[in-house]
Amino acid sequence: MVADVTGTGMAGAADAAPAIELRGISKAFGPVQANKDINIRVRKGTIHGIIGENGAGKSTLMSILYGFYKADSGEILIDGKPTQISDSQDAIRAGIGMVFQHFKLVENFTVLENVILGAEGNALLKPSKARARKLLTQLAADYELSVDPDAVVEDLGVGNQQRVEILKALYREANILILDEPTGVLTPAEADHLFRILQGLKEQGKTIILITHKLREIMEVTDEVSVMRRGEMVATVKTAETSPTELAELMVGRKVLLDVQKAPAQPGEVVLSARNLKVVDRHGVEKLRGIDLDIRRGEILGIAGVAGNGQSELLEVLAGMIPGTGEVTLLGKPLDLSLKRDNARTRREDSVGHVHEDRHRCGLILDFMAWENIAFGHHNAPEYQKNALLMDNHAILEDAKGKIERFDVRPPNPMLTAESFSGGNQQKIVLAREIERNPDLLLVGQPTRGVDIGAIEFIHKRLIELRDQGKAILLVSVELDEIFGLSDRIAVMFDGRIMGEREPEKTDRQELGLLMAGVTGDAA
Amino acid sequence: MSSTRMPKWADVLLVPLFSLLIAFAISALVILAIGEDPVEALVIMVRGSLGSTYGWGYTLYYTTNFLLTGLAVAIAFQARLFNIGGEGQALIGGLGVALVCLFIPWPNWWTAMIAAILASAAFGALWAAIPAFLQAKRGSHIVITTIMFNFIAASVMNYMLSHVLRPPTAMDPATARFDDVLRLPRLHDILGLVGIEFSRSGPANIMLFVALLFCGLAYMLMWRTRLGFEIRAFGQSEPAAHYAGISGVKIIMVAMLISGALAGTMAVNSVMGGPQRLVLNAVEGAGFIGIAVALMGRSHPIGIIAPALLFGFLYQGGGELAIETTIPREMIIVIQALVIMFTGALDNMVRQPLEAVFLRLRRRG
Repeated sequence: MVADVTGTGMAGAADAAPAIELRGISKAFGPVQANKDINIRVRKGTIHGIIGENGAGKSTLMSILYGFYKADSGEILIDGKPTQISDSQDAIRAGIGMVFQHFKLVENFTVLENVILGAEGNALLKPSKARARKLLTQLAADYELSVDPDAVVEDLGVGNQQRVEILKALYREANILILDEPTGVLTPAEADHLFRILQGLKEQGKTIILITHKLREIMEVTDEVSVMRRGEMVATVKTAETSPTELAELMVGRKVLLDVQKAPAQPGEVVLSARNLKVVDRHGVEKLRGIDLDIRRGEILGIAGVAGNGQSELLEVLAGMIPGTGEVTLLGKPLDLSLKRDNARTRREDSVGHVHEDRHRCGLILDFMAWENIAFGHHNAPEYQKNALLMDNHAILEDAKGKIERFDVRPPNPMLTAESFSGGNQQKIVLAREIERNPDLLLVGQPTRGVDIGAIEFIHKRLIELRDQGKAILLVSVELDEIFGLSDRIAVMFDGRIMGEREPEKTDRQELGLLMAGVTGDAA
Repeated sequence: MSSTRMPKWADVLLVPLFSLLIAFAISALVILAIGEDPVEALVIMVRGSLGSTYGWGYTLYYTTNFLLTGLAVAIAFQARLFNIGGEGQALIGGLGVALVCLFIPWPNWWTAMIAAILASAAFGALWAAIPAFLQAKRGSHIVITTIMFNFIAASVMNYMLSHVLRPPTAMDPATARFDDVLRLPRLHDILGLVGIEFSRSGPANIMLFVALLFCGLAYMLMWRTRLGFEIRAFGQSEPAAHYAGISGVKIIMVAMLISGALAGTMAVNSVMGGPQRLVLNAVEGAGFIGIAVALMGRSHPIGIIAPALLFGFLYQGGGELAIETTIPREMIIVIQALVIMFTGALDNMVRQPLEAVFLRLRRRG
């Protein structure tokens, strides 16, 4: 058994005070105990992973460490000294730097201005700018952290923006760097680059805490890893002495199947055929630059790519939410992409199901009860009407009960508001609604984003089942593992185009990674 | 989130009740400050508005106004549209009532009432349609445009009453009196049928029951029909409504037309049921009080009934206060403002401590 609940027994803990030690940290939000008696020691000069499912309390713990929340009880020790951290200024003074999942940069400022923002140190900007410029040059040389100091942040790619965040922390002389889900928006190559930077920082004696839900990253870069589950720290182990399977089990609390089991696809007739599909957004930016694709019955076409390369627009244009141009046919019938006649409702009536990638914003009405959400979007269906005027709320409720039961939504109470379910159960509500209508084409965006591992298994199984019933599925996901696990064919999108199509058995992460970065074809 | 932290009954009853108590407490301080006795003031208000059928006759008359304007704001707010223009829509609705009553020889009161309801609703809806269109198609904020339209409505009415509808011999800017046939049955007449004595002079009339009927119909609309489902969905989340194929333009237009129509019908009560002629400022701020009523009633068609009665009481009681004490009539506006402030704007000030209390109770229990 490698699980060591307190982490106090770690070898080498004796030789120096840990960079960070948390003792008995607890934090409750109302009735929810987000952190329960957390003990953790992060050794100096290591990369320490913190892994756990959504809602396991990782972010809360880090927010306490960075002074955003005040713990109900417990203490924080930095370099062995008890330290009060009541706001982010305290955290910075204690040498803690944080790189958030959503960057906190001023978009229309230059890199240099962003770096010194809040740490100008002088009424005049010139001296601090000069100092920052010198430091930036030096850091670029030391850690591959090169960013043009005079570039405006909004012109930079996400990978570079993230580097600016790291530079900000280093400029403030952070010795401990916390990164919250840093690779969510990066290509595999950019992620590798980031990990090289982190290794370099580690070698210089910096301590790094990496929060992630990706087991692969934990295995690749960390020295030690702590696992959180339902607000508790269930184990701290040496990375070298554990395995992804074991970590997954610790996260979920039971055995899980990481691989998707499926039979070979039996593709049938073409359900959706798109030629030269284009979308121009309101600002006149071309988001889709001519997409050609076919999806057949009984297959899952996976779209891989870094978020923001047109995948969202592809789903929305096919779902009738945004207008586009080009030729798209659904079972031979041409679709009205201009949306003069069509809209999201007629698209549903044409048997297109749509699991929107953002279930909070679009897929659900969070204040509506589960049963109302089951009808949502299909509320015009004849079986939901009592007569020409009134809806049959009773029929909807009964229907919802069945769907909730078949999709194992927990708690199985249709009268609860959508927001009171966990992410995974919310997603099951959406899937129950869209899948049980038996659509000929199912559009699925990020089906397991923010979903716990147990529910991921279930959702993947349902999607495979739908495929095996002879339905066509278009799957968009930024999780390469998910793309590999589910897809029968993989298309990679970059900058509004499909860079190439591969069969999952005949490609690998490196090749897809290059395509995702826009490097085409045979050079790969 | 509130529903998960606090039982629903507490959310619906306790929060407004505590807000009200705080508003009354501060009002009492203000009354003390001008050298009057707040307890005596309260006694006068209660006696004047609820102590006699005469008082009730006025209280329920005002209540009718506030039911209709409150309902108007509530329906729009279900679609997250803040219709501040109830005042203007009711003013223009009054024009519809006057035109129907002055220029068509109706055989009896009820045909006239139905026509007046239809006309005032159409006029009110029309007045709401322009801001609604500007919001739906051009994105002009409905709060700004509906406020502007209140001023335009007031000016239109000013012109109509002083230049067009005023009888040549009359001095004041008002229409002629309507035919006596058009007098709406008052509570005195209606309750008399079942043998209940009710004061003859209170102007509360059959429109009270029409307004209550509208509350019931509005409830059915919002919770039993597809249109209501779509209005509520759009109000909760515009992107989600778009995802579901619900047309935002349609919802904005329809919700505002219903809202404007309801505000317009308020004029049937205040014109046909009241002075029997259209006078300048026939609405007397009821459009604005409708906002407070809707806020307190959580924009629920049934929930607004109690606050409408409360404001009816404040309105009538406040009038009595001005007559019997040195407390100026404006005092009642202060009290109303405090009630609006605490029940609407400062809702969280009461809600959060209450939630904390319930949380502690639950943890202990």
